[in-house]
Amino acid sequence: MSMLQVSVYRYNPETDSAPYMQEFQVDTQGRDLMVLNVLEIIKQQDSSMAYRRSCREGVCGSDGMNMNGTNGLACVTALSDVVKNDKLVLRPLPGLPVIRDLVVDMGIFYKQYERIQPYLQNDENPPAIERLQSPEERDKLDGLYECILCACCSTSCPSFWWNPDKFVGPAGLLQAYRFLADSRDTATRERLSELEDPFSVFRCRGIMNCVAVCPKGLNPTRAIGKIRELLLANAT
Amino acid sequence: MVTNITNLGRSGLSDWLIQRVSAVVLALYAVFMVGYLLFHPDLDYATWHGLFSQTWMRIFSLLAFVSLAAHAWIGLWTVVTDYIKPTGIRFIVQIAIIIAIFIFLVWGVQVLWGA
Repeated sequence: MSMLQVSVYRYNPETDSAPYMQEFQVDTQGRDLMVLNVLEIIKQQDSSMAYRRSCREGVCGSDGMNMNGTNGLACVTALSDVVKNDKLVLRPLPGLPVIRDLVVDMGIFYKQYERIQPYLQNDENPPAIERLQSPEERDKLDGLYECILCACCSTSCPSFWWNPDKFVGPAGLLQAYRFLADSRDTATRERLSELEDPFSVFRCRGIMNCVAVCPKGLNPTRAIGKIRELLLANAT
Repeated sequence: MVTNITNLGRSGLSDWLIQRVSAVVLALYAVFMVGYLLFHPDLDYATWHGLFSQTWMRIFSLLAFVSLAAHAWIGLWTVVTDYIKPTGIRFIVQIAIIIAIFIFLVWGVQVLWGA
């Protein structure tokens, strides 16, 4: 019998004056469960427990949370990845306002995503069928388009914690580069001019927390470096 | 685009570039200084004075001081905008920093060409 000691951040603004940690005992029966499975067992013990989830296979990006100090998706994080000494601490993603328990308000995260205009812009006349790309041009989008906007990276970034209203954050910047690198997008100049201020891109200090936590194995720091190169090439 | 008027070069790109170029200058100056001190274990005042009375050394030193001033302002401006959120206090701290940097720079020029 293996009991897992789980400590979960609880806060219901309608009834609690302050957040607190609640302890749960979860019987894993020796299995290497995913953290989301543990939360489901906890939900059976206490149905007031609130968290987001949907696909439970790391595609939808709903259940981003902080597990034993590291951000990740609960559904694809095995207990063996994060648990030491049978103790698991679950907290909401850091730096965003808590709506309830593990549910955070992602408004400002989406606002930064919206700011980089995450859609293809092309002012040329559309061809008869479709805008073609060579395989090489298409290859440039690999490692960029796969982002699921779970916010694990941006909420692990101190620069985003201190300036979430000004610094776009790793998730937004990865998508900014995804459209800068797209051969079909013609708004490169306008996009770059929106990014050259001291905060939007340059508040990144390259500590690579984003790379360390990304559940999809993406590299926002490299994308930010590429944006800097484009800015530099455009301006020197 | 986030508007700012207190950072050094007005654009994040120029601040970033200045920060890196000044870092290279400071690295060269530091390596030179450490090397000089290692090669002169029995350094006396006359040798030290002789080094700094040469024009190239004064120019190299001035370049390092100007780089240090720019580097310090960009770095501390970033720290201040990260950690001090009330605008009034942040502005006062920024003024204090820029005055200190100005005094050190003028003092440095005085030392270089004064003796």
